[in-house]
Amino acid sequence: MAKERARWINLAFQLGAIVTALLFSTLIMLLAGAPPLQAFKEIILGAVGSTDNISNVLVAWVPLLLSTTGLLVTFTAGLWNIGIEGQITLGAIFCTWALRLNQQSILPPWIILVRSILMGMFGGALWAALVGALKTFGGVNEIFGGLGMNFIATAITLWLIFGPWKRPGIGSMSGTEPFPQTLWLPVFPNLRLSLWSVLLGILALIVIYLLLQGTYFGLRLKAVGNNLRAAFRLGIPTWQNTMTAFILCGSFAGLAGAIQVTGVYHRLIPSISSGYGFLGLMVAMLINYQAVWVAPVALFFAALNIGSIQLPIVLKLDSSLSGVLQGSLVLFVLIVDGIRQRVLGRKS
Amino acid sequence: MEVELHNIYKTFGMVRANIGINLKVPAGSIQSILGENGAGKSTLMKVLSGFIQADSGEILLNHQPVIIQSPADAIRHGIGMLHQDPLDFPPMKVIDDFILGRSGSLFLPRKEAGKEFMALQQKFNFSIDPETYVDTMTVGERQQLEILRLLWLGAQVLILDEPTTGISALQKEKLFETLRLLASQGMTVIFVSHKLEDVENLCDRVAVLRRGELVGEVLSPYDTTQLVELMFGKILTLGERQSCNTEIPAFELKDLEIEDYRMKIEGVNLKLCKGEVIGLAGMEGSGQGILLRACCGLVRPVAGKVMVDGHNLSGKSYHDYMEKGVAFLPASRLEEGLVPGLTLAEHFILAESQQGIFINWKRVYAQTEQRISDFAIHGRPTSKVETLSGGNQQRAILALLRNPLSVLLLEHPTRGLDIESTIYIWDKLKERCRQGASIIFISPDLDEILQYSDHILVFFSGRVSPPLDANNTSVDHLGQLIGGKGWSDTFVA
Repeated sequence: MAKERARWINLAFQLGAIVTALLFSTLIMLLAGAPPLQAFKEIILGAVGSTDNISNVLVAWVPLLLSTTGLLVTFTAGLWNIGIEGQITLGAIFCTWALRLNQQSILPPWIILVRSILMGMFGGALWAALVGALKTFGGVNEIFGGLGMNFIATAITLWLIFGPWKRPGIGSMSGTEPFPQTLWLPVFPNLRLSLWSVLLGILALIVIYLLLQGTYFGLRLKAVGNNLRAAFRLGIPTWQNTMTAFILCGSFAGLAGAIQVTGVYHRLIPSISSGYGFLGLMVAMLINYQAVWVAPVALFFAALNIGSIQLPIVLKLDSSLSGVLQGSLVLFVLIVDGIRQRVLGRKS
Repeated sequence: MEVELHNIYKTFGMVRANIGINLKVPAGSIQSILGENGAGKSTLMKVLSGFIQADSGEILLNHQPVIIQSPADAIRHGIGMLHQDPLDFPPMKVIDDFILGRSGSLFLPRKEAGKEFMALQQKFNFSIDPETYVDTMTVGERQQLEILRLLWLGAQVLILDEPTTGISALQKEKLFETLRLLASQGMTVIFVSHKLEDVENLCDRVAVLRRGELVGEVLSPYDTTQLVELMFGKILTLGERQSCNTEIPAFELKDLEIEDYRMKIEGVNLKLCKGEVIGLAGMEGSGQGILLRACCGLVRPVAGKVMVDGHNLSGKSYHDYMEKGVAFLPASRLEEGLVPGLTLAEHFILAESQQGIFINWKRVYAQTEQRISDFAIHGRPTSKVETLSGGNQQRAILALLRNPLSVLLLEHPTRGLDIESTIYIWDKLKERCRQGASIIFISPDLDEILQYSDHILVFFSGRVSPPLDANNTSVDHLGQLIGGKGWSDTFVA
C-alpha cells in the first residue's frame, strides 16, 4: 500500500512539473504579446498536422535518439560529455571526407555509404577519445575538455567549407557542394525520411539498453560511475572503462553526424550538429538516465522542434519558443524532483 | 578567561561521544585533554568552538553562560581553535589568509593588517613572510600563522587539536614556548593530545576522557602509569592464538621506505607466515595507514621490497597485488569499499570473474541469496549497499573477498560495529587464517589488537617498532608505547 501511494505521489509531482513548465511558457508568450493557445495549437499541428510534418519529426528524432543513447553510456560512467556536439560535427566531417574521396570511384554506392558512415563513427569516437585522454592523462575535466573540442570542431567545419572544400567559385554558408543522389541514404518517396536512419537509431538504442542492463561491461561502467575508488578496489580497471565510455558515446554521436550528411543535408553545412548534442543532454537529464524513456521523450522533443518551425510565419513568433518549452520542462522536472526529495526526506 | 563546561552531552546516532562532562579551566593555565582516539576529545572541543552544538549542557565564560552556534560566534566570544589539519587556504598569500575572517569594509585593509601581522610576529619570534603562499609553508609554519590570526581576531582561549603531529622537534619547542608565553599573559590554552610526553612537558593540568566520559583530572607533576591507566581502563583477557608453524613467509617487507607530506617511515622489515595475524598499534595518523596501503600497491614505496609468496611486487599496481591474492579492506566502507547505488547482487557480480558477456541474473540472485545467508547479512540481493547498516556493510565486504587469499589487509575492521558483529567478523577472519591467509590489521582498540594478533607493530610519529610478541605485552605497556614512552627499554637496538 505504501509503495502504491508513493508511486502516485511521484506521478503527481511529475505532472505538476509539466503543468508548471507549460504555465511558465504561457507566461513568457503573454509577456511577448503572443496568443498562447494558438501558439500551442500551431506547434501541435506543425508536428503532426501532415505526413510531411510527421516524417520531419522522425528525421529530427534520429540524431537526437543517437546522441541521447550515447550520452547514457557516459552518464552511466559518471561523465559529463559536453563535447558531444563536437563529436557529432566530427562525425559529419569524417563522413563527408570519405564521401569526397570515394565519390569518383567505381565502387557500388552502398559500399561507399557504409564506408562513409563507419568513417563518421570513427571521427566522433576519435574526438571523444581525445576528451577522454585529456581527462585521464592530462587531468582536464571532461566538461572543459569537451567544450574546447566543440569550438575546435566548429572552427574546422568553417575552415573546410570556406577553404579546401569550398564550392566551385566561392565558399558560402550554405555548405559544401551537395553529393550526387546516388550517395544519399534511400528515402521514402516524396519525404526526407530514410528508413535506414530510423532503423539505425532504434538499433543503437536496443544495443545500449542491453549493454547497460544485462552485461558485465554495463555493470562495471555503473560501478566506475558511482564510485571510482571502490570500483578500483574491487578490481575494475577504471580509466580503461572511462575511455571506452567516451569512445562508445563518440561513435554514436559520429553516427548521428554521418546520418545528417548522408540522409538529411547531403553535404557539410556550418552547424551540422544542429544542437542535437545539447538537446540530448537535456533529454538524458529529463529522463533521469533511464534507457526505456529515451525513445518517447526524444520523439516529443523532436516534435517540439519541428512543430515550432511554422511559428515565425504564422504568428510572427520566433521558433526558439520550442527551446523555451524544452528548457523549462527540464528545469521544472529537476526542481520539482529536488522539492519532492526534500519534502519526503523531511517526513521520514 | 576562565572556561567552564557544565554537563555536556552529545550523541551521534548510536554513539555517545560526550556523556555529562564537567570541566573548569582557570584563566592563564595550560589544560590538557587526554584520551585515546574516539574518547570524545575532539567532540568536546568542537562543541566549545562552535563547530557542533551539544545536545544539552552549558558553556560559561568568566562565569557568564554563553551560546555558541558557530565558529564565528566562538571567536566573537574569544575562543579560537587550531585544527589538526590547518584550516587555512593553501592557494592564498599569507597576508590574505591572515585578514580573512575579520569583518569590516569592502576593501581589504592590507597595509594596516600587514603592520599588525609583523608586530605580532615579532612578539613571538616567528619569521613568516606575509607575501609567500600558504601552500609553500610547512605544517609548523601554518600553525604559527593560524595562532597569529586567532590572536589578531581577539582570541583569549586557544584550543589546539593534536598540534604536535607533523611538525619538527624545533617547531614543537617553539610552539611550546609560545604557548607558555601566552599562558603567562593570561591566555587560557587547551591542548588536546594523546602524546603523553608532550602533555607531561607542557600542561599544568590534565583531564582524561575515556569512551565519552571524563574519568579523571590530574595536576602536574604526573605519574605516567596513572595516566595510562586512566586512558585505557582495565585489561581484557587475551584470546587464544595460533602458533605460527610454517617458516615460509607468505608476505615480506624488506627495508621498506615510505613518505608522504607529513612523515617518513624507514627501514620496515616484516615477515608473515601463513595464518599469522599482525596488529598495527598506534594513534591514528602515526603511519599505520600508509604502511598498510604500501603493502598492496596503493601507495608506492620510495625504497625497499614487498614480497608476496616469494614474488617481488614492489612498484606494481593494486590490481597486480589482487591477482597474487592480496586484498585490502579500507576503513571507509562507502567511500572505498562498496559502490553506493549498486545492489548486493551487483557487487557480487563485480567481485566474481566474468562468465560470458551477458549476466545470468537468475544464477546471480541464487548465489547472492546463498552468500547473504552464509554471512548473516540483513538484506536482500536487491538491497542497495548504502541502505545496509555498518555491520552488514562490513559483512558484505567480507563476503566479497575472493577465495583463496594469501594476505588480508584490514583497516579498522570493526570500526563502529556492535559486539555481536565484531565477534562475527573475527570468527570469519580467523576462518580465513585457518585456510592459510595471513592478516595485517589496524585498530585503534588496543584490546582488539592484543586479543587477535600474534605479533604487534607499534607506530609512533612515523617510527615503526620491530614485531612485539603479543603474549609478552599488555594494554598498559602498549598504551605507553603508542604514546611514545618506553621505546628504548622495550626495543633494545
